[in-house]
Amino acid sequence: MSTHELPAIVLALGLGSGAAFSAGPNLGTPLEPAEIAAWDISIQPDGTGLPPGGGTPAQGERIFAQKCAMCHGERGKGGVAAPVVGGGPIDRIDAQKTIANFWGYSTTVFDFIRRAMPWQQPRSLTDNEVYALTAFILAQNKLIGENDSMNAETLPKVRMPNRDGFIIRFPDKI
Amino acid sequence: MEPRDRVKEELERLELVAGNGLLDRRTFLRSGAAFAAAVTGYTVARSAGAAPLKDDPWSLVPGAISPSYEQRSRFEGKVVRTLSNPNGETRTSHARTPHHLINGTFTPNGLHFTIVHSGTPDIDPDKHRLVIHGLVKRPLAFTLDALARYPMVSRMTFVECGGNSAPMFSKEPIQASVQALHGLASCAEWTGVPLSTLLEETGIDPKAKWLVAEGADSLALSRSVPLTKALDDAMVALYQNGERLMPGNGYPMRLLLPGWEGNMNVKFLRRLKLVEAPAMSYYETRTYSQILPGGKAYRFYFLQEVKSFITHPSPGLALKGPGYYEISGIAYSGNGRISKVMGSADGGQSWAQAALQAPVLSKAFTRFRMPWRWDGGPAVLQSRAWDEAGNMQPTRAQFVAQRGETQKVPNVLGFPNQHYNSLTSWAIDGKGEVKHVYA
Repeated sequence: MSTHELPAIVLALGLGSGAAFSAGPNLGTPLEPAEIAAWDISIQPDGTGLPPGGGTPAQGERIFAQKCAMCHGERGKGGVAAPVVGGGPIDRIDAQKTIANFWGYSTTVFDFIRRAMPWQQPRSLTDNEVYALTAFILAQNKLIGENDSMNAETLPKVRMPNRDGFIIRFPDKI
Repeated sequence: MEPRDRVKEELERLELVAGNGLLDRRTFLRSGAAFAAAVTGYTVARSAGAAPLKDDPWSLVPGAISPSYEQRSRFEGKVVRTLSNPNGETRTSHARTPHHLINGTFTPNGLHFTIVHSGTPDIDPDKHRLVIHGLVKRPLAFTLDALARYPMVSRMTFVECGGNSAPMFSKEPIQASVQALHGLASCAEWTGVPLSTLLEETGIDPKAKWLVAEGADSLALSRSVPLTKALDDAMVALYQNGERLMPGNGYPMRLLLPGWEGNMNVKFLRRLKLVEAPAMSYYETRTYSQILPGGKAYRFYFLQEVKSFITHPSPGLALKGPGYYEISGIAYSGNGRISKVMGSADGGQSWAQAALQAPVLSKAFTRFRMPWRWDGGPAVLQSRAWDEAGNMQPTRAQFVAQRGETQKVPNVLGFPNQHYNSLTSWAIDGKGEVKHVYA
C-alpha cells in the first residue's frame, strides 16, 4: 500500500504545505530529540541508548533487598516472580529460561529493569539504580566480578553464556 | 426397525467419501431435500406425545426497548472467555476464545482472546500519542484525531499468541476443551492506517532495517520488527470489527502484523523507533524464543504457521445419539490463504475434503465444514490444512519428533511459549462423549 496511488490527495494536500515530505495528509507534529527523550528508552545490544551513570553490585544489593526481593526472593533466588539468579541447563523444551542460562545479551537486563520494574512502580528507578541492580544480578550469576561497575562502556562488553544459543527461525523474513 | 439398523440402512444409500461415515462435502448442495429427508430420519421421527404448538408468553406482549448499545440475550451468559489470572496477580493474564460455543469466522469483540502481561491500561485517547523516530528524516507525533483523518484500509486477519496450542507439547493428551487448547487465536476485521503511509511522511534513513515497537502499558512492552514487514502489510489499527479497539486489544491503537506472532502486534502502541538492528528485547530473546530438544532455541519465529482444528464437535459438546452431524472448524495460516482442508473420522486412516466457506481470505480464519453420519460407534476426528504457499499442517508425531515434548504433563495454563501447529484429534466414544487424544 502506497500513497503514490492517491494522486487526488497529492493535489489536495500537497500544494498548500511547502514542508510536506510526502503526498499524505501530513498531520504529524514534528518533534525535537529532547521532547522524545523520556520515552526513548530502548537499548541496543551494542549499548546504543545506554544513559550516563553507573553502579556496582554492592549498591545494587541494597536496592534489590528494598525493591525487588519481595517478588524475586532473597538475593534473587525466586519467589512469586521468576528467579533472576541461577538456572539449570537448557536440556528440555520446558526448561526455565533464566538470565544466566538463556538470555543472549546483558543490555536486555538493563532495558527490561528500566522499562518494567519494579512491577508496581515501573520507571521509578534512577539510571544509576538500574545500573546497580544490573551489576548486582550479573555478579550474583558470576557473569561479572564482585566489584565490577556497570556503565555504558562496560555493560555491553559482558558476554552472556548463551549468546550463540539461537537459530533465526525465518531468516528470509529479516 | 431398531434405530441403529435404520442408520446403517440410510448410510448405505448416502455417498460416503471416507471411512466411518464422512460424506461428500457437496452432498447437501447436490441432493437437497431428498438427502435431508434421508439423513434426518431421527429428527423427523413421529411427534407422538408432543404438545400442540401455542404462543409463548413473550409472543403475547410488546417486547423490550432497544438499548443504545445492545447486549446479547440473557440466555447466552455461558459463552465467555476463560481467564488464567482472574484475581490480577502479578503475572500474565490470558482470556481464551470459546471456539466451540461460537461459529463463523469472526470473533466477537467481547470474546476475542487477550493476553496482557501487566494488566490493561486505562488510556485517555485524547492524550495518547504515537511517536515515530530514530532513523527517520523527521520524527513525528500523531494524535488519534490526526490518524483518524488518514486514508484507511480494512482487512480481516487472525491474531494468534505464539504459545497457542502449546499444551499439545504435553507427553500425554491434556483433557481440555478446544478453548483451553487453542483459545489464544481469534479473527477480526481491523481498520486503520497502513504503517507505510506514516513512514512515508517521516521518511526512512536508508540505514534503517528494523523498528522497535513499544506500548503505553506499565511494562512498555517492546518488540523488534523487520522494516520489510512494516512496509509490506503492517497497519496501525484503530478499529476492531467496526468499533474502536477493545481495551484488552490495545485501545486506542495497536500495531497489526498480519499472520505474525501475536506478541509482536504491540498493543497500546505509543512509539516506533527505526533502528539498524533488533533491540533483543525481553519478549523476543527470552519469552518467545523457543527451546529445541538439542538445547538451541529459535529466535524471531515471526510466522504463525498453517493450522486447523475442529470446533464442532469437540470436548464438552457431546453427540446426542447416532445420525447426522456437521463437522466444522477453523483453519488459518500466516503465509496466506488456506488452499485445502481434509477431514478424517477414523484417526487419519482415510480422508475426505472439507468444504471451505467463502470468502477464503489471506491470513484470516477460514471456516471448513463437512457432513458426517455418525453410526454410534467409536470415531477419531481430525482435520488437516494446507496453505497456498504449499505448507501442510504436520501430524503430531512428525511435529514432536522435531520439536520435542514436555517430560511432565503441564497444567493446561502453564505451557511453554512455543509455536505449535500439528493436527488435533478428538475421540468419540459410544456414548457420544468427546475426548482429546493423540492419534
